[in-house]
Amino acid sequence: MVLPIFLTLAAISILTALLMVLSKNPVHSVLYLILTFFAIAGQYILLNAQFLAVVHIIVYAGAIMVLFLFVLMLLNLSKETEPQKSAMWKLSGGIAAGMLLVTLVGALRGGIEVTIPENASGKVGLVENLGMVLFTDFVVPFEIAGILFLAAMVGAVLVGKRDLQV
Amino acid sequence: MSLILLFSLGFIIEKAVLIIALFALTLGVAAYSTYGERKIAAFFQDRLGPSNAGPWGLLQPLADGVKMFTKEDFVPNQSERWLYILAPGAFIFVALMASAVIPWGTTLTLGGLNWNLQVTDVNIGILYVVGLASLGVYGIMLGGWASNNKFSLYGAIRASSQMISYELAMGLSIIAIVMLSGSLSLKTIVDQQAGMWNVVYQPLGFILFLTCALAECNRAPFDMAECETELIGGYHTEYSAMKLGFFLFAEYINMFISCTVISCLYFGGYHFPGLDPNWLGGLMGPIILLSKSFFFIFVFMWIRWTLPRFRYDQLMHLGWKSLIPLAIVNMMLTGAGILFFGK
Repeated sequence: MVLPIFLTLAAISILTALLMVLSKNPVHSVLYLILTFFAIAGQYILLNAQFLAVVHIIVYAGAIMVLFLFVLMLLNLSKETEPQKSAMWKLSGGIAAGMLLVTLVGALRGGIEVTIPENASGKVGLVENLGMVLFTDFVVPFEIAGILFLAAMVGAVLVGKRDLQV
Repeated sequence: MSLILLFSLGFIIEKAVLIIALFALTLGVAAYSTYGERKIAAFFQDRLGPSNAGPWGLLQPLADGVKMFTKEDFVPNQSERWLYILAPGAFIFVALMASAVIPWGTTLTLGGLNWNLQVTDVNIGILYVVGLASLGVYGIMLGGWASNNKFSLYGAIRASSQMISYELAMGLSIIAIVMLSGSLSLKTIVDQQAGMWNVVYQPLGFILFLTCALAECNRAPFDMAECETELIGGYHTEYSAMKLGFFLFAEYINMFISCTVISCLYFGGYHFPGLDPNWLGGLMGPIILLSKSFFFIFVFMWIRWTLPRFRYDQLMHLGWKSLIPLAIVNMMLTGAGILFFGK
């Protein structure tokens, strides 16, 4: 029962990701990327990680992509204003990305044993367990990530200020 | 839980009936909110309001519907045609989805069967509502952008920055509630308020949430996205007929859902002192919850027809420099309260 759903979601995410890269209009790219995020959230729900799924939607689809759209609309980027790359650039970009793909597939192939959690009884992704793991086993990386975010925010504000007086 | 799709036929029928009933309820309340809005506006301005269509103008929403469906359905020549058509649909779709996780009551006994009055009790219910609230802005942004009109675009840009700003304070005030109840499920949050409503412990959080809900619903005094004195009609300037109707309707649906969520989070949901939600075969619960949310719909309208609209910079100032710090203080106070006094 789960496999067809997984395959459908995977197909949707790959298709929309491709459309995101290939579409000429930046706003369409953003919309395809949102669809990709929804397909990935569906995968989280298949793994019974409802909290991750909904946070994924809130953070990526609900906040970050809204900001992307906001900036695109504010700068009024469209098909006409977007600079078109020459065929040479496209070819070299394609080759570089393809090599990265080959490296990733080679690195991951057979290297990691993935155990698929049992769905009905698996409570791994529920918010209580996630919180317990984050605040006990992984508390140091979690706090470091938090401080990094704070530093990035302060840095963004500093860069954004024009008349900087240090 | 969500995966083993071996549901029995009875389960599917039960849920389907409940979902259809909820859709009918939501759409009906939204339709009569337009009537209520006009009557209340008329009352505040010492007028009569709609009075010709039916007794006391009660058939006015029907007349509006006929008007919306029969007007010319116009698509601007230079627009992004598909996105222009998609936007109102996406907006109303997202607005209608939130009612699934709201606990409307306990159990309704009807025709010898027990109906659970909540479509699904997911253990992240309140986050689901927040997620839908944050997705709601896409309809507005796409509609405003696809119309290819500068006033629509201004409306869309204003709506998106407003949503982003007020979502933060809203999320932070919800966190305080979650800290109190220790659960993200709306059903659990409601059931814990059987003795004492959350508003007693969270007066500041309630005011913050109410303000943010007004802003998220694009209601005056925060209706910057469509303020007619500056932007003609804002993001729906280029829309007509039922596409415009979808936008307006979805705003009333959003208002109803927000009022219901406020009642569930801060005012005990289907609990009321001295009344048992199981009375009348379980019908008492929905009656209590709906009375509370109708009261808040009235408060929303009261605010709209009393307060003048904010200027845009004042709106941003209020959101970032007042509401968010207050919400953080509220969260800290709640944490300290739980630490020192228990719950």
